[in-house]
Amino acid sequence: MPDSFLTSSERETLTILADAVIPESVKFGVPGAGDPLIVEEIESDAAKQMPDISKSLNELEILAEQFGGDVFSNLDSTKRCIVVEEFRSAHPAAAAKIGNLVVQCYYRDDRVMRSLGMELRAPHPKGYEVPDGDWSLLEPVRRRESFYRRTD
Amino acid sequence: MREDVADVLIIGAGASGAVMAWSLAETKMRIVCLEQGPLMNPLTYPSTARDWEARTQGDFATNPNIRRLPQDYPVNEENTPIKVANFNGVGGGTILYAGHFPRFHPSDFRVKSLDGVADDWPIDYATIAPYYAENERMTGVAGMNGDPAYPSDNAERTPALPLGLAGDTLAKGFNSLGWHWWPSDTAIITEERDGRAPCINLGACGAGCAQGAKGSSDVTYWPHALRAGVELRTRCRVREITVGNDGMATGAIYYDGDGNEQEIKAHVVVMACNGIGTPRLLLNSTSQLFPNGLANTSDQVGRNLMFHPYSWACGVFEEEQDGFAGPHKLIRSQEFYETDENRGYVRGYTLEIQRGMPPVRTAQTALRLGMVPWGEGHHDAYRKLFKRTTGMVAVCEDLPEAHNRVTLDPNMTDSNGIPAPKIDYTLSENSRKMLDHGVARSTDILKAAGAYEVYSEAPIPYGGWHLMGTARMGKDPKTSVVNEWGRSHDVKNLFIVDGSIFVTSAGVNPTNTIQALALYVADQMKSRLANLFD
Ligand SMILES: Cc1cc2nc3c(=O)[nH]c(=O)nc-3n(C[C@H](O)[C@H](O)[C@H](O)COP(=O)(O)OP(=O)(O)OC[C@H]3O[C@@H](n4cnc5c(N)ncnc54)[C@H](O)[C@@H]3O)c2cc1C
Repeated sequence: MPDSFLTSSERETLTILADAVIPESVKFGVPGAGDPLIVEEIESDAAKQMPDISKSLNELEILAEQFGGDVFSNLDSTKRCIVVEEFRSAHPAAAAKIGNLVVQCYYRDDRVMRSLGMELRAPHPKGYEVPDGDWSLLEPVRRRESFYRRTD
Repeated sequence: MREDVADVLIIGAGASGAVMAWSLAETKMRIVCLEQGPLMNPLTYPSTARDWEARTQGDFATNPNIRRLPQDYPVNEENTPIKVANFNGVGGGTILYAGHFPRFHPSDFRVKSLDGVADDWPIDYATIAPYYAENERMTGVAGMNGDPAYPSDNAERTPALPLGLAGDTLAKGFNSLGWHWWPSDTAIITEERDGRAPCINLGACGAGCAQGAKGSSDVTYWPHALRAGVELRTRCRVREITVGNDGMATGAIYYDGDGNEQEIKAHVVVMACNGIGTPRLLLNSTSQLFPNGLANTSDQVGRNLMFHPYSWACGVFEEEQDGFAGPHKLIRSQEFYETDENRGYVRGYTLEIQRGMPPVRTAQTALRLGMVPWGEGHHDAYRKLFKRTTGMVAVCEDLPEAHNRVTLDPNMTDSNGIPAPKIDYTLSENSRKMLDHGVARSTDILKAAGAYEVYSEAPIPYGGWHLMGTARMGKDPKTSVVNEWGRSHDVKNLFIVDGSIFVTSAGVNPTNTIQALALYVADQMKSRLANLFD
């Protein structure tokens, strides 16, 4: 990731926006998506998958000015919510893409995976156990007459 | 410089190109295959790292316009509700495929005679059946003999994939309605075979199988073809097929990995670039003799594009299901496969069970469909879904229509400056009704299985993973591009073996049929070597 991919103010905007997608949860003991480690991942993935994210963050700032009269980070939580909703309705594709990036990084974070009961590892090489299942369920289908359509 | 001459030039090293290379290798002819993508390295597949799901939206995305790797060509998809899914590399689409590997039914070759629509194939099930068996043996298929929805086949199968929690849940749903289901034939081995290790339930089949258990053609046919002496040139993108004054193909012009233009001569050219890549290349190969594209005097090249519109329905359950662990495909149902006029449409579909979703996919799907909100309430809503969903898709038979087509985009090109394909496709009324029926019946099954909520989508927008019909097979040169054994009507040393040659699409995934047809065409060629061009 180039050091300068996002400016510090863009990063701040992204952090608040990420928290707006997934806030912290005390109940489940997980951080919000605006957690610094997660935002670092979002920024890194954005560099590859949404290189024009700055443009979208700028659109959000325009709406912050329009609906809150200040930069996004200076707004109180009520005004931020309004701006986020405006952003989602005015720029649905960009908002959806940012939402996707946020969850893509959030749901691979150690703390989040642990709270979901997942092992902290890649699928390969260990793989997973899947129960074979109850094959007796196939009995009624086995008893069925062959029913493919004859052509002759 | 010495001329580069092949006896047989194969273009494309995907599902069908691999088959051709392997089957023709025994002739000891000089066989060269040009492939625009690289040879894959399973050690670098996404499932080997923690960010694996992110890569399914990046370098392993199914859509070439999202993936944008150097070997990808762009596709103009503005005028189609279903977007293309493919992969460009040795193995082609099978690198990403789910490996669902059913055969066509006998009736699928007789659509016109039985239902009065589209056309009959010039070959029948009995002709192709031995090639299905050979393809299943070469690929390695898990499943179970005895499905009442099919003629008996005595195919060689490894034990079926595990039903798991999701399979048990859905099987109960099917049984309570008295509807057919059967363990899927899936190109994923459950026992060691041909030096390949069995499936360990990575659950990331759609992003390349790092275990090698999934039968992508780079691990099935290609190792044998290469050992038998076939020359595979990767990162070589063909621009056009050349023709002589006698109207025979003389070879191809391509760009190598450094972007240098190269020419190769060949006595026989075999096209295996898939249902989009093949018409694109034919249309790009214009000459005085073939001003409208090679092998296109019928004007059928690029027409009759069929995708298989897919519907999707997903049930939410109180009880935990499998999540993403395990192959996606486990069981299928063909209760609604054949025409029943009471349903308001002709032909039918296979229900293909999708096991579950990994964590990121769960969240992204849920966000897209409004199943989880942004902000307040996200966590509770998400946890109701994670590992608690399972569902199914309906693979709907798409009928050929001349206006659904691939042409060349006047402006868009790939990185070598070769004109890109443009897709014009509309969903027919018949398909729309079939999709609705698929959603309704899937919902019935999910509810019968205990789902307390069902979400659905139809058609799946990024579901154009089956590319068929754009250079169809037939006996009449006026209405088809290749004859009943894959040879171009117009150009007697040009063969097509990929999904383009399909006459109709059936209501099942196509790859077993694509490869069985390629084996059949190769056999036809071998048995006619002395008078191949007559
Ligand atoms: C995500 C996904 C899931 C799928 N799931 C299933 C499934 O479960 N079951 C099933 O049956 N099918 C499935 N498919 C479809 C399956 O992959 C295809 O049916 C199959 O690969 C098509 O075989 P083919 O030989 O026609 O073309 P491909 O396998 O697509 O091979 C074509 C090759 O030609 C190369 N090529 C194209 N143009 C050129 C050129 N100009 N020069 C050089 N090389 C060129 C391409 O790079 C590519 O490697 C899936 C596909 C995808 C993408």
